[in-house]
Amino acid sequence: MTETENCCTPKVAPTDSCCPVNAPDTVQNCCPPKSGKQSCCPPVADHRKPEYKLEGFIENWLDTPIGEIPVVARKLNRVDQFGRIAMRWGIGRNHYAVAPGIYAVGTPDAEAEVLISANYKLSFDVLRRSLGSINAWILVIDTKGINVWCAAGKGTFGTDEIIRCVKKFHLTKLVTHRRLIVPQLGAPGVAAHLVKNGCDFNVVYGPVRAQDLPAFFTYNRQATPAMRRVNFTLLDRIVLTPVEITILYRQIFYTALALLLLGGIGSQVFSTSAALIRGGSAIATGFSGLVAGAVITPVLLPWLPGRAFSLKGIWTGLAIAILLGGSLLPDAGSTIHIALLLQVTAISSYAAMNFTGSSTYTSPSGVEKEMRIAIPCQLIAVVIALGLWLWTAF
Amino acid sequence: MAHQKYLKNVVTLKLEQEKCVGCGLCAIVCPRAVFKIEDDLAWITALDNCMECGACVGNCPVGAITVHAGVGCASAIIHSWLTGDEPSCDCGGGGNC
Ligand code: SF4
Ligand code: SF4
Repeated sequence: MTETENCCTPKVAPTDSCCPVNAPDTVQNCCPPKSGKQSCCPPVADHRKPEYKLEGFIENWLDTPIGEIPVVARKLNRVDQFGRIAMRWGIGRNHYAVAPGIYAVGTPDAEAEVLISANYKLSFDVLRRSLGSINAWILVIDTKGINVWCAAGKGTFGTDEIIRCVKKFHLTKLVTHRRLIVPQLGAPGVAAHLVKNGCDFNVVYGPVRAQDLPAFFTYNRQATPAMRRVNFTLLDRIVLTPVEITILYRQIFYTALALLLLGGIGSQVFSTSAALIRGGSAIATGFSGLVAGAVITPVLLPWLPGRAFSLKGIWTGLAIAILLGGSLLPDAGSTIHIALLLQVTAISSYAAMNFTGSSTYTSPSGVEKEMRIAIPCQLIAVVIALGLWLWTAF
Repeated sequence: MAHQKYLKNVVTLKLEQEKCVGCGLCAIVCPRAVFKIEDDLAWITALDNCMECGACVGNCPVGAITVHAGVGCASAIIHSWLTGDEPSCDCGGGGNC
């Protein structure tokens, strides 16, 4: 079909048309004349509806045997980028979802691969960005906006949901093959043989990282051993540190409040200036313990001695406490010095222990064992530090 | 970077090799390279690497593997100690929880 056929009958392009010269003959490229003359373009479906938001990452619509399917962009726009940064700092993290359903990337056909994804927007964004020039279908299942790994652990990314979505969205009418590419980190929630029994689709586990998908398809859907492993690089760990602090923000707030109140207690019963000075410095040292445990420890993780995270946190806490003590308190060995050392180290150890949840190699049995030993020690250290600190006020 | 190792001898993973049919799925789904397939059988080669995610258990078609799977968030475990519930990681975001 030529451009003019697509645009008009009889075969004369409307003058003043904004059709690009040599434009591919698609409906989208048929533009009505700018003024006066009657348009002969076929009507273009308008997907805007009152009350509904048309997401910015949808750039087109594709006609398929199961109806029109949104085509999503391969590149991230500014809104996507901003959302990613905000998420890392815990802003709006409970509502960062895309609507479940089938999406197209490029111009997939009945032979194209079907990739399963969680409806957590960060995962979805990484996926569409990683596909390179591959045309594929993405079946987004409802994990309540939670990432694949966590959702698989909880079972929301799981066998039943996949079977349900395959049936609900009539996948058998969309593709001729019987193959679903499931992210490997979804495997804790998925039983491949049960998916096969439930909807007659074979589960093929893709690589751990979406970036490896093009290579995975090039090698005939084979992942190299490296593509199957989780690693925990410096960058992974740095990216996760803000998450750690935002998880603890409530505890931080109440502790700071308590320290302000306790700081005011002294020989004159209660003094506001003491509350600010003593309480304020206790908050500052406590915060340095938090930074030592939740920021410095994760960054230095592989190089800190010991396997338990609480132990690794002790080293960074001690180092910070000694640095602080040396610069702020000249009389080393004083009561307040010991209190500072205990407080910073205990907080650092506790914050570092919390990082077990973000790490990608700890086992629940191990974390529990570590905590049974570490928490009593941390508590004792904090209680002694608090006692010494209060005692110095009199 | 080589695998980072966590505590020794705490993992609850068990393999009943007599049941194994050598399908190889456990080795495919394990993100920590715990299994090796040799002579059409699965072998545990790096037990301490296991992070008890349960992927191998769910995908073994003959039920040859068991593990006490769960979440390793310290806060979730504290919560379970206080309430008596199963540990549940409330991780709405984050890359890995
Ligand atoms: S539980 Fe997870 S980490 Fe452990 S062996 Fe099975 S798949 Fe690997
Ligand atoms: S998944 Fe089960 S049957 Fe298959 S190789 Fe592993 S242990 Fe054997």
